[in-house]
Amino acid sequence: MDKPDESKNPVNRRGFLTGAAAGVAGLAATPPVLLAQQIALKPEAHAPAEVTSNQRPGSDFMVDVFKSLDIEYCAANPGSSFRGLQESFVNYGGNKNPEWLTCCHEESSVAMAHGYAKIEGKPMLIMAHGSVGLQHASMAIYNAYCDRAPVYVVLGNILDVNYRRGNPEWVHSVQDAAAMVRDYTKWDDTPVSLGHFAESAVRAYKIAMTPPTEPVVLVADGTLQEEPITEKNLRIPKLAMSSPPQGDSNAVAEAARLLVAAENPVIVAGRVARTPRGIDLLVELAETVGARVQDQRLRMNFPSAHPLYGHPGAAIATPNLSGYDVILGLEVQDFWGLTHKMTGLNKFGMESQPTTRPGAKIVSISAIELSHKSNYQDFGRYLEADLAITGDPEATLPELIEAVKKLITPDRRRAIAERSAKIAEANQRDRERDRELAAVAWDASPISTARLSAELWAQIKNEDWSLVSNDRFVSYWPTRLWNFSKPYHYIGAQGGAGIGYQAPAAVGAALANRKHGRLSVSIQGDGDLNYAPGVLWTAAHHRIPLLTVVHNNRAYHEERMYLTLLAAKYDRDPGTSDIGTALNGPNIDYASIAKGYGLYAEGPISDPQDLGPALKRALERVKNGEPALLDVVTQPR
Amino acid sequence: MNKFLGLFLLSALAAFAQTKTGDIDNGKRLFERNGCYQCHGHAGQGGLAGARLAQTKLPQVAFIAYVRNPSSGGMPPFRAKVMSDQDLADVYAYIKTFPEPRAAKDIPLLNP
Repeated sequence: MDKPDESKNPVNRRGFLTGAAAGVAGLAATPPVLLAQQIALKPEAHAPAEVTSNQRPGSDFMVDVFKSLDIEYCAANPGSSFRGLQESFVNYGGNKNPEWLTCCHEESSVAMAHGYAKIEGKPMLIMAHGSVGLQHASMAIYNAYCDRAPVYVVLGNILDVNYRRGNPEWVHSVQDAAAMVRDYTKWDDTPVSLGHFAESAVRAYKIAMTPPTEPVVLVADGTLQEEPITEKNLRIPKLAMSSPPQGDSNAVAEAARLLVAAENPVIVAGRVARTPRGIDLLVELAETVGARVQDQRLRMNFPSAHPLYGHPGAAIATPNLSGYDVILGLEVQDFWGLTHKMTGLNKFGMESQPTTRPGAKIVSISAIELSHKSNYQDFGRYLEADLAITGDPEATLPELIEAVKKLITPDRRRAIAERSAKIAEANQRDRERDRELAAVAWDASPISTARLSAELWAQIKNEDWSLVSNDRFVSYWPTRLWNFSKPYHYIGAQGGAGIGYQAPAAVGAALANRKHGRLSVSIQGDGDLNYAPGVLWTAAHHRIPLLTVVHNNRAYHEERMYLTLLAAKYDRDPGTSDIGTALNGPNIDYASIAKGYGLYAEGPISDPQDLGPALKRALERVKNGEPALLDVVTQPR
Repeated sequence: MNKFLGLFLLSALAAFAQTKTGDIDNGKRLFERNGCYQCHGHAGQGGLAGARLAQTKLPQVAFIAYVRNPSSGGMPPFRAKVMSDQDLADVYAYIKTFPEPRAAKDIPLLNP
């Protein structure tokens, strides 16, 4: 990069302040009263000076660093502590790679990056004040951390007290900005020079992208951003990505032996597929060993129409694992919880018992062992596995598949084929039963979530579609009725179960889908949308095509169910559960809200006959490159 | 008549004797007010959180017994202090009014 020519502009800000400090020091021996008089008599000596510079600020170099990482977007609610970077991104960087995205809330910025990462497989930047902005962003960062999603957080902060000019800069400044989120980020740094910044920026990217992928934080000091570049021999280190951690070969061989010898193995898929290859590998493993795949729906792991796909209904949350002799868990969330049954809330005391059959072998392959933290308890209860393999599942599967293939004898091959055929028959029965269940309440109003899902599927199934939302709150009907097969067909859920994720994550995922020409649709909870609906405006402003179908059950419904459960448990009135949970009186008009943010919108739609035509109209808008929203009054689940 | 068949008929007779006449309107009110719909759906269709109630095969007595002591960990027990036997009979009467669904094969959107 060009070296700055200080001789052309001797009055840079640092030089100006140095001179001013020397001047004040020279007056130090003067009595205070007289000093005040002198200042009053010579106001011109201390008048604020306009400091201009034709030298490049440090933030230009920071932009060069981020460009070297091929980052496409930076989402931010504007903040003075990173104004230098913002100005450089736009005027020096040409507002391209990264392009600046205007967000109305820092939580939206992070959740957008979260959704984007799950489609694009790499991070985008978000920026925030190191104090108030990060406080807004923190829940979304926790979600991304629990969901093992790489998000690149850049915080503005003014570390040097000499550079904080007044109240906003003092109240926005913090001694250790990243401390607030250190419990749920993978790595952070506070560089004190531009050279330090470049090295840490590249390191942060590498760490975020190495499994387990998680958020990272880099503090961009305000002084470094705005002062002219004076450091010599600045360079940007080469990005040298680490290979993903792979399971130990001996342990993998033992896992293969257990799988091949098993009479009825099952694979539980958590966050397995990081890349498109992950789906192919999981299919190959399941077909090779003849194992049903119980998908936790945390990623697009396995084709939903595959005959080895486990029944996707209510069993996703609590699959029945009692019939299996080997249970292979791949980056499973709460593996202990899947293999044990606990006392329900309707009984006093907590007891637990295994749900697996005696002698069943539990095998885990997980990279999360490499990134444990203490404070937040997302790691779940300690699992007494028979074989715990530390490694990224996708990186470990090729060796496991090869090891399995070598062990399969003709006898085992016949047994595997017979087992696979039985699983396929059961799968077919489950799918037919799901269709019959979907027919119940088909014509009901409020509209059933099965009907909503079927109507939406009819409109998108011949498109290159992407469901950029979780489908748990609609009883997994899309999983049960649609045909999920491609990596971008599904993006999973929040991770940390933090509400307020869905709307911005959908916008971020749709942003990633945009350049691929995919049709993004989201089934959006009404309660979630109310956290930061301004993200709808962000979608409109940046012309991010996305159909948002509001699953409007007019409540924070999960909590409403809990309150009913507890009231009944205590022999008290269950009819009070609407207090504090219902979103009615007045009903919220989401179509009007969306229109106010500049979207095409319709609703409320409560007659199922009206839904199909409305979806068609809205999707026409989306296909033309704009976001649209339908408010659909639905059954609770 | 073997003794098992006899016992079955006796218990069925006892169940019949205990069956109450339900008030559909009150049953609907209680179904909505006391949160039955929250897990089972306004139309009793069921879902992720609760079983399907529409077209239940359970007799009234068994239905009441289940609500008093559900086997599912997610279902709260509704005891008599919260909902009397008559209340549950009313809810049962309401549940029995849910219409028979169309067969999936007759719904084009449910046929790939």
